[in-house]
Amino acid sequence: MAAAFGHFWWEFLIGDTPELFVGAVAVIGVVALVCLDHSLHTAAAVLLPVLVGGLLVGSAWKASRKRPS
Amino acid sequence: MAVTSTHSGTVVLVLAVFLASTVEMVEALTIVLAVGVTRGWRSAIEGVLAALATLAALVVVLGPTLVHLVPLTTLRLVVGGLLLIFGLQWLRKAVLRSAGLKAKHDEDAIFEEEVAELTAAPPATGRDSTGFVVAFKGVFLEGLEVVVIVLTLGTTSHRLGLAAVAAGAAVVVVTIAGLILARQLSSVPENAMKTAVGLMLVSFGTFWSGESIGVHWPGSDLAIPVLVAFYGVVAWALVAALGGPAVAPAVVERAGEAPGD
Repeated sequence: MAAAFGHFWWEFLIGDTPELFVGAVAVIGVVALVCLDHSLHTAAAVLLPVLVGGLLVGSAWKASRKRPS
Repeated sequence: MAVTSTHSGTVVLVLAVFLASTVEMVEALTIVLAVGVTRGWRSAIEGVLAALATLAALVVVLGPTLVHLVPLTTLRLVVGGLLLIFGLQWLRKAVLRSAGLKAKHDEDAIFEEEVAELTAAPPATGRDSTGFVVAFKGVFLEGLEVVVIVLTLGTTSHRLGLAAVAAGAAVVVVTIAGLILARQLSSVPENAMKTAVGLMLVSFGTFWSGESIGVHWPGSDLAIPVLVAFYGVVAWALVAALGGPAVAPAVVERAGEAPGD
């Protein structure tokens, strides 16, 4: 059961898409840096979803290049 | 305005938890039905009840602990990040399945394979531990994802009770539907539901991680449905760009696989 629990968390965070884990952390980090400038807090509301959308597109595009599972 | 924005956030939260719980419980029900018809309903029901009790205990113990011990900003950053990763995984898989690039679930095939394996297992003398363990594992591993969603969405929005009720309602609905539909679980529009869940998880993840790092969301909670719509358009365009809705061969996958499976 402990092994299954550990396996669940590995699959939950990393799985077969490490780029989503790394990308999500990077996106949050970049937007956090942008938010250090108080005049950009509202602009960050556009930047964050655009970067997340780009992450989804990039990951799905990468998967489409592989052989269908 | 404030009431409307709070209301819209609550509706999306309830929908996200209910749909996620429904999808996972449909997958668990397939395993439970297989255990029931091959090993007997007593062991299947005991396994289900033990798993549900364990999952409920996790929510009861971990939920209030998270709320009281972790500062809200930290909680929203961690939870937002987790939801973002979790939701992107669900959404990516749903997009790939819609585009025909990844095989869809086939609950009928999973059922037949479970039945074959459980029939081949040695018959029990006395209590059927095989049936109990398989039913427990199926419900527990599928339910674990639901617990994570209930805890993350419930604690950060201070609506843990509501999130738990939405998940419980889904368990009841799926159980009743399972009794009526019996083995016709393949007729459940699983990928469409997974797409909806993925959209909502990514939206909540974006909203809360953004709030924790200082993003000012125009309209406050009203930004959540706007984010859902935005990501919906992105997902739709992505499916179209990758080849459009297509039919891919179904696949047999087991409980406890990656989020969105």
